Amino acid sequence: MNDPSAPRVSLFVTCLADLLRPSVAFASLRLLERAGCIVHVPQAQTCCGQPAYNSGEYEAAVEVAKHTIEIFQDAEYVVVPSGSCAGMLCEHYPALLEGQWRERARELAAKTWELTSFLSEMVRLDRLPRATRPLPAITYHDSCAGLREMNVREQPRELLQRLRGVQVAEMEQTEVCCGFGGTFCAKMPAISAKMADDKLRNACDSGATMLTGGDLGCLLHLAGRARRLGVDLEFRHVAELLDGDLDTPSIGEAE
Amino acid sequence: MNPADAATHPFTDAAATALADPAGVAQRDMLARVTPQLRQRAVDEFGEFEALRQHLKRVRQHTLDNLDHYLPRFELEATHNGTRVHYAETARDLNGIVLDICREHGVRRVAKGKSMVTEETELTASLEREGLQVVETDLGEYIVQLAGEKPAHIVGPARHKSIAQIRELFLKAHKLGERKLESAEDLVAEARRIMREHFLQAEIGIIGANALIAENGYSMLVTNEGNGDLCASLPKVLIVCTTLDRLLPRATDAAALQRLLVRSATGQAQTCYTSFYAGPRREVDADGPLETHLVLLDNRRSDILGSDYRDMLQCIRCGACLNHCPIFAAAGGHAYGSVYPGPMGSVLAPLLESLEAHAELPNACTGCGRCEEVCPAAIPLPGLLRDLRHDESLQGIAPARWRRGLRLHAWLLRQPALYQWLTARAISLLNLLGRRRGSFRRLPFAGGWTGERDFPAPQRGTFMQQYRAELRKRERERARDRERADEQ
Repeated sequence: MNDPSAPRVSLFVTCLADLLRPSVAFASLRLLERAGCIVHVPQAQTCCGQPAYNSGEYEAAVEVAKHTIEIFQDAEYVVVPSGSCAGMLCEHYPALLEGQWRERARELAAKTWELTSFLSEMVRLDRLPRATRPLPAITYHDSCAGLREMNVREQPRELLQRLRGVQVAEMEQTEVCCGFGGTFCAKMPAISAKMADDKLRNACDSGATMLTGGDLGCLLHLAGRARRLGVDLEFRHVAELLDGDLDTPSIGEAE
Repeated sequence: MNPADAATHPFTDAAATALADPAGVAQRDMLARVTPQLRQRAVDEFGEFEALRQHLKRVRQHTLDNLDHYLPRFELEATHNGTRVHYAETARDLNGIVLDICREHGVRRVAKGKSMVTEETELTASLEREGLQVVETDLGEYIVQLAGEKPAHIVGPARHKSIAQIRELFLKAHKLGERKLESAEDLVAEARRIMREHFLQAEIGIIGANALIAENGYSMLVTNEGNGDLCASLPKVLIVCTTLDRLLPRATDAAALQRLLVRSATGQAQTCYTSFYAGPRREVDADGPLETHLVLLDNRRSDILGSDYRDMLQCIRCGACLNHCPIFAAAGGHAYGSVYPGPMGSVLAPLLESLEAHAELPNACTGCGRCEEVCPAAIPLPGLLRDLRHDESLQGIAPARWRRGLRLHAWLLRQPALYQWLTARAISLLNLLGRRRGSFRRLPFAGGWTGERDFPAPQRGTFMQQYRAELRKRERERARDRERADEQ
């Protein structure tokens, strides 16, 4: 445990995992520790500020960004179980901030990783305990920010294949947005729902009975839409699948 | 309630209507599947797309930075070739200049090629009001003209129309007696026959331009139907309507642009026709117009040039961002209420007209980034749309309720103790109410979410709450171990 060469990781829990699905953060924590990291969870962290930023409230987002930068300034690595929050830290903080703060934002960006990228590229994760039950046929939802800002595509598939023996059943149009888009889904609900329906249809057509992905925002939106329509799909974050915890009720499922 | 809260929603209302038409949805879904595949294949076969894209971006940036050099140079060369160059500050000015030229020649019949600039100025309607007969000669534009509509797409104006709908329009408009028009080929053949007459009778041709070349004063036009060339060479007078952001230094730059444009627009390696227009017929020429004019429209483009939205002037009007935008596919082009729809239109319409009039458009974006990824001019479209949302906030156009809520949320995020205390309580309550069903059908203050989808219930306790409890437990265990060790 006290190996001085062990990577010291600060976990950025993300607000959605903190509030709605702590099991994602606990799974991330266990995976990182199993990969030999010393994991620290800074207590003053809250949210990366995307709601304000994406709504054009730049002045408010700047203050949130500075708060986050200060919290993680001493971290060796910052790992985030979300492509879009990682993208916010890596791509958008440096663009949003100026002067001295931009430099600090760049320093944070340089050490920030999306969870599956970190697990597959930075550390050795060879064996995991057995999953609590066998995994069903799984399809993977590529979230847009993960895909296009953080270059996450192969990493989660490789981990699922290597550590859980699961070959992802690919769906059509996997590079097309699911319609979540943060506040977009509440501003333009009918268009957002149409996009979710397309995604759910493609997911079902893949033959999978479970949809996983690296971003809780998309998963909550898709699970919520599936519940509303009565679509029979199970939704779980990829960290939970890798961790093997399939006993926790899936997203939107009764306890 | 703030007045902005009660604002109308022309975009979402029109999108809802479009979504209620299953045939239209199926047509748009099909195009949204197929057009990206065509582009991808063409880009892959080309192989050097990214390098050329970055090269041309630099060339165009350089051109825009040095307009004071390239614009006079273009005018000089074009004038030398015998073309008269006109400057139109507003849409009305462009229409006026064109009308004056028509009147000067006592013209009644105009053959018009496809041009988004003249869509922007509503030139056809303006000429028709003056008693001129204007025929759109691009097949898509012609169909839209017959239907009394505006283009739904900047490259494929009639892509929203089915073959059956086009057949109806033709049977009604063309008095040609009994015929079946069963296939698309039949429809094209009929359009060709009708169009031929118009070309031969027209006294003035009006076309657009895809590029203006400073070093030789030429304009470049790409088409698949050849109608642009017939508009440009059969009538006695040619008028090219375009804008200053089409300007490029050299002919080779125009060739580079053409390679990016065509692959991005239709997935072809080449359009059927790529034409360069130099000026009026010379003595040695067998045909061509006797007189050529070129009208350069500004319509706020010089304002954009001096603003933070300058990158938008790099747009080459290929329509790739439309083809790759799932919101465009859902809503359809007409919902945007502007001749420029989709991501590029959602940036341009507020800049060319007003942010207030198009307040919804910058919000019609999930930030998915697909448009930016495929844009041959590498325009950061999602970023520009976000910047427009920032402008909406600064100008008080965004609903005050949203702004207040987001600012309060952002403030709360910087008070971790208070934030965690409040969220822990709220989450406990939600878990208690929602755990048995697993999700909520309705939630107060979350109508935007629960209108179309359930809200998944949270787990028991926030992460921070659970994690702290675990840390405390570990701490207690360690203390107990220490006490035991001391006792021994």
